Amino acid sequence: MNLLNFWRTHAAEFTTLLGQHVLLVGVSTLVAILAGVPLGILAARRPRVGAPIVWLANVVQTIPSLAMFGFLLPLPFIGGLGARVAIFVLILYALLPIVRTTTAGLRSVDRVLVEAGTAMGMTPGQLMTRVELPLALPSIVAGIRVAAVIGVGTATIAAAVGAGGFGEYIFRGLSMVDSTVILAGAVPSAVLALTIDGVLTLVERGLRKSGAPSRHRRIAVAAGILLIGAAITAGSFAYAARRGTDAIRIGSKNFTEQIILGEIVAQTIETRTSLRVERRLNLGGTFICDRAVRSGDIDAYVEYSGTAQTAIFHQPVAKDSRQVFADVRQRYAAAGLTLLDPLGFENTFAMLIRGDVASRLGVRTLSQAASASSSWRAGFGYEFLQREDGYPGLARTYGLRFARPPSAMDLSLIYRALADGQVDFIAGDATSGLIDAYGLVMLEDDRHYFPPYDAAIVARSAALLAHPELRDALATLSGRITLADMRRMNRAVDAEHRDPAGVAQEFLTSAR
Amino acid sequence: MCPSDGRCRDDLRYSRAVTEADQGSAIRFSDVHFARGSMAVLRGFTLDVATGDTLALVGRSGAGKSTILKLINRLLLPDSGDVFVESRSTRHWDPYQLRRRSGYVMQEVGLFPHLSIADNIATVPRLLGWKEERIESRVRELLELVGLDPQGFAARRPDQLSGGQRQRVGVARALAADPPVLLMDEPFGALDPVTRAEIHREFRRIQDRVRKTVILVTHDMAEAFALGTQVGVLADGALAVVGEPEIVAQSTDARVRPLIEPLLEATQVLRPAR
Repeated sequence: MNLLNFWRTHAAEFTTLLGQHVLLVGVSTLVAILAGVPLGILAARRPRVGAPIVWLANVVQTIPSLAMFGFLLPLPFIGGLGARVAIFVLILYALLPIVRTTTAGLRSVDRVLVEAGTAMGMTPGQLMTRVELPLALPSIVAGIRVAAVIGVGTATIAAAVGAGGFGEYIFRGLSMVDSTVILAGAVPSAVLALTIDGVLTLVERGLRKSGAPSRHRRIAVAAGILLIGAAITAGSFAYAARRGTDAIRIGSKNFTEQIILGEIVAQTIETRTSLRVERRLNLGGTFICDRAVRSGDIDAYVEYSGTAQTAIFHQPVAKDSRQVFADVRQRYAAAGLTLLDPLGFENTFAMLIRGDVASRLGVRTLSQAASASSSWRAGFGYEFLQREDGYPGLARTYGLRFARPPSAMDLSLIYRALADGQVDFIAGDATSGLIDAYGLVMLEDDRHYFPPYDAAIVARSAALLAHPELRDALATLSGRITLADMRRMNRAVDAEHRDPAGVAQEFLTSAR
Repeated sequence: MCPSDGRCRDDLRYSRAVTEADQGSAIRFSDVHFARGSMAVLRGFTLDVATGDTLALVGRSGAGKSTILKLINRLLLPDSGDVFVESRSTRHWDPYQLRRRSGYVMQEVGLFPHLSIADNIATVPRLLGWKEERIESRVRELLELVGLDPQGFAARRPDQLSGGQRQRVGVARALAADPPVLLMDEPFGALDPVTRAEIHREFRRIQDRVRKTVILVTHDMAEAFALGTQVGVLADGALAVVGEPEIVAQSTDARVRPLIEPLLEATQVLRPAR
């Protein structure tokens, strides 16, 4: 699918994302101007008060944006998923350039002019509005320009907390390893940044030209204000069009399988109930999804039992899948959440060998592999190689010995390396579409070394109670998705670059 | 003489009484001391300027000339003693009202680069809340007064003007709200000699028409003689001499002679040409 084609088929969505992106940047820049210019004035007038402000703005600037979202998500009022927290973060980032240029602009005003104004009887306020601010205006506009351009870039991260914008394409493309989808979001956000930069540069230049009559300057300022105003209005409409209060909101983490599962859950509700569904797919990971479902920003998403036990509830690793599932379900229930019955597949670590080797040696389990492994070479991802519950424990449990110490490899290359015979044994992902694509065989974990990772829907109990039909609809998915199904769907998206929504729909209609 | 708002009563306490000598005195310094840090600038400075006079104060750099002007429009307050403007101590003037009643012209002119010539001149009238029509006609009148064509100059920017033109606009701006007092700080110091001579003539012509009380400080004795109806020489934080130019020219004060002698020599050279 080429880029133009993608935009053509996603035109409506594209317009919505554009509106969201512009709204995020417009509102945050406007608020940053309203807060930053007075702060800049304060910093210029009272350096002792101003220095800490600038220092603080500086510190804020150094915090990575994803980390900032992490800090803010649990907070009341500003926290939670969606545009609010994103705009708050964008404001924080936009403040520094505006405060700085306001201060610098005011400090660069010729002292003679300040003295002239004072001697003519201007009050400090009149001096500020009639002399100092007009003269500092080009510098302030330069700061606004920098802030807005940074904002366009940072706003792409906002997709991680469900605020929308072009970042949604970028994250989707990253998780699908599809550069077309990445470009579909990256190109327009770059164009947006360049446009804002260009327009504000013209405004700034108009203001700097001291020879220009005041009419031109007024036009320049009016153009700038109009641009921001129009942007916010347009964005608001796009946003309003998308918002709904009574909709069921479905979330997902940010990798292919999760997006497909999110679509499956969403489409199931859409076809089986009259409820409206809002998709908040591609959220930035387990932590954010868990926060979101607890705070009510989403009503349901798919989690894995082992992940819930270790990453969410911080419990030691347990082996028995039923026991783990029951334990996690109980802990969720205490938090007002319901863990529905397993979907039917498990996304665990998969120890893989080539299909021909497996059939030649008749090896099906890890215990059997231990006796054959002495002539094999192994390749693992960095994390699996290091983690105590990864390779070291695995080797101890099964007595695995390889021809030479396992080599560390990048996860994206590891399947290919096994298929090409560079290595003979790898640790992969049980649901990876590449397992089938390369004809690999997953060895059974017959001593249950790995914790169970049964996939299941976590939903807000309140939502299930309010909509009994929702529970019925979601229950139809229990035990419906096999490991083979999941692999096939992952493969369709990852290897064949198909649309997750289409793949999900195909699965639901074929299995009905 | 006293405004109706009753602020005069405070004045009486400070000046003891508005004495006979104060009648007709626009500005009076009474034993003013002023120090910048540990550096004494004025030491018992006393001065009377009559309404309508042009007092030219001469002194070397750092003699405290600018300080005297800033004490008049309350950019500074005396450490001790009082400065009376229209018989009221500057301590009791609202500083903004006082400054709007005192035109200020400085060497760097200080025209606002983001405003047109007309808007520059209109600065104080706007602060005073004049109606736009009145401002407009006043600007035209002033541009004509300082010898600039309103048609050609009103809409221009300061950076499109020559140094002499800018200084004329500076004078027009200072006169805009018809202030009783005009304070001039080395106003023509940055101009070339020919332009300066020309603007001196212009200034005398304007002053003949507007009759302001002018205090002009300069380091140039020739300028002081050319413009002042009264000339004062500042030395050691006080006035060495003050009076009509003819009297000052005959002063035998050792602090005054060095300033005057170069002028007398020049006059000798020029006499045959007259």
